[in-house]
Amino acid sequence: MSGVLVILEHRAFAQGSVTVPRVTLEALAAGVHLAQQLAIPCSAALIGDGLNDVLASPAFGPVRNVGLAQLLAVEHELLASYTADGFSIALHQLIASLAPEFVVFPHTYQVRDYAPALAARFGQSLVSDAIAIRIESGLPVFVRQLFQGRLNADYRMAASSRTPVPTFVSIQAGAFRAESLDAAAASAQPPQIEAFTPKLTSAQIRTVPAAPFRESSRSVDLTTASVIVAAGRGIGEQANVALIQSLAEALGAEMAASRPICDAGWLPMERQVGSSGQTVTPKLYLAIGISGAIQHLVGMKGSKTVIAINRDPSAPIFEIADYGVAGDLFEIVPALTEAILTTKAQ
Amino acid sequence: MKILVAMRQVPERDAPLAIAADAKWIEGSALSYTTNEPDAYALEEALRLKDSLGPASGEVIALTAGPEGAASVLRDALARGADRALHIVTPASPQQHDPLAVAQLLAAAIRGESPDLILAGLQSDDLGLGQTGVILAELLGIPHTTLVLHVEAISSGIRVKRELEDGWFQYVEMPLPALVTIQSGGNQLRYATLMGIKKARSKEVRTIDAASFGLQGTAASAELARVFVPEKQRETRMLTGTAAEVAAKLVDVLRNEVRVL
Ligand SMILES: Cc1cc2nc3c(=O)[nH]c(=O)nc-3n(C[C@H](O)[C@H](O)[C@H](O)COP(=O)(O)OP(=O)(O)OC[C@H]3O[C@@H](n4cnc5c(N)ncnc54)[C@H](O)[C@@H]3O)c2cc1C
Ligand SMILES: Nc1ncnc2c1ncn2[C@@H]1O[C@H](COP(=O)(O)O)[C@@H](O)[C@H]1O
Repeated sequence: MSGVLVILEHRAFAQGSVTVPRVTLEALAAGVHLAQQLAIPCSAALIGDGLNDVLASPAFGPVRNVGLAQLLAVEHELLASYTADGFSIALHQLIASLAPEFVVFPHTYQVRDYAPALAARFGQSLVSDAIAIRIESGLPVFVRQLFQGRLNADYRMAASSRTPVPTFVSIQAGAFRAESLDAAAASAQPPQIEAFTPKLTSAQIRTVPAAPFRESSRSVDLTTASVIVAAGRGIGEQANVALIQSLAEALGAEMAASRPICDAGWLPMERQVGSSGQTVTPKLYLAIGISGAIQHLVGMKGSKTVIAINRDPSAPIFEIADYGVAGDLFEIVPALTEAILTTKAQ
Repeated sequence: MKILVAMRQVPERDAPLAIAADAKWIEGSALSYTTNEPDAYALEEALRLKDSLGPASGEVIALTAGPEGAASVLRDALARGADRALHIVTPASPQQHDPLAVAQLLAAAIRGESPDLILAGLQSDDLGLGQTGVILAELLGIPHTTLVLHVEAISSGIRVKRELEDGWFQYVEMPLPALVTIQSGGNQLRYATLMGIKKARSKEVRTIDAASFGLQGTAASAELARVFVPEKQRETRMLTGTAAEVAAKLVDVLRNEVRVL
């Protein structure tokens, strides 16, 4: 095939409704972009059981219409629920038979769980969590983050490494625009859905997953808050939560936090923002002592205005902030709280 | 249960980072180093598991691959309660960036130990690959689960609590031997006590020269070629001055531009 193969994910719900997570569409956009730049075909595969209805569902419209060379349904009853063993074995067989040059994944928790093992079967590691792809001298250069986003790095391919071994890349959420798929849609021919049945036995699947569950119902809904004041590890200790709370009260804002603050129990879990917490889109997000790791940013970068206070002027949070203060929060926050209260009293 | 914990040495979180002259990595010599955060949680989970099974129930072994200085990660692990440690000594440079190559080194050292359970961190703070543990399981031919908060021994092996996206969780059961990658925050880290630090001095740290494994090296199709400072995505207006001046500017922004006051 010698093209790009994108591995898709979907969510199926009771009553047969299906959704395609946004990050899957973004990975598809990355794959389509890469294929166009290199003038090679782009295909995609979905893994599971009983996928015909899923691939025919309205949610998969953007996938069907993007001009794929092949759309594959990798199906087996042992793939009905995800296991790393099942997915690695099935995709190993698919990739060995299609021989794509590039395999592109969305960087989801599921992909983190099996893709490194899959790539290792081909003697490769994964260019994980890539944020951009550009072409130089006919070869792709992948960009990924180092040090929690404080630095970036180019990953280059040697010319000799185009075929025969595939290059494995996973794409960070938000790095590519899913909307770009709509533009490609107009002229495209929907491909035939092709079934691929891997050889798989139950003895090969060594883990036994139980059904997903939620810990407790969320009593705090940050998704509707219009002003959020969020604290990060920069506050140093639990006693300093009060400092942030005074500011939040002065602003009439909801309090939120980065993960380490909730892990430490300084604020309840339900106030965590990010990939394993809530996704918020307030009018104002005030980030205090938060470095701006991607897992936090995905939860708040849809905020209308972001103000960041951080003593490190090179903290990644400033890359997405509209207003920034590079300074000590222990000086700025009390001064700000006081200034707000004075203004409100006037 | 024989539990092995793979621990990586990384620069301190707030360490100032300077890009090396060849732009292949950062300037390492002046930095202070620490244990990769999820790896510290992995050690904690290993110690808790051992405690829960009874003190005579087995041992906890800390393993790192890195230059000589990386031994401090192991000494810290021993002070917190690990029973012994293995140090695969690698040259200080060139830096090893391919997780497949690192996993091959770890696998070579682990084969002689045959642990029941291997714990790794879910991802390194410096490279952020999130791959070494999973590759290691693949190389050793054992089952694995990632993003785990807790591990519990059951009659058929272990039961782990795995984090999913958006606040969802899942239990997964696996036979032993198995590998689990640990997410930060599942437990509270213990501190090294004075007693622990004292005891650690008499504990064994075995060093193995990485070259002694005679590994062939890997042929990654894409390699780290250039480290650089990220470009900004939004135009950030930086507000400067004394705390009072900054506060006044912020109030002006809140009132007249964001309109929340
Ligand atoms: C799978 C996965 C899921 C995750 N999910 C989430 C999630 O949902 N939400 C989340 O937030 N994280 C999540 N994380 C963790 C994430 O990667 C980061 O580790 C975390 O967001 C860092 O939190 P922080 O910014 O508060 O801490 P740090 O990164 O330690 O940053 C602290 C900041 O405070 C600044 N600072 C220190 N002192 C001061 C001072 N006196 N004045 C001003 N500034 C100061 C420092 O310069 C630094 O930038 C996840 C990680 C993984 C791997
Ligand atoms: N040099 C190393 N020595 C020991 N363990 C390592 C090393 N590098 C990575 N690991 C383990 O692999 C995990 C994931 O690292 P990474 O794949 O770089 O994100 C870390 O949290 C460690 O547990």
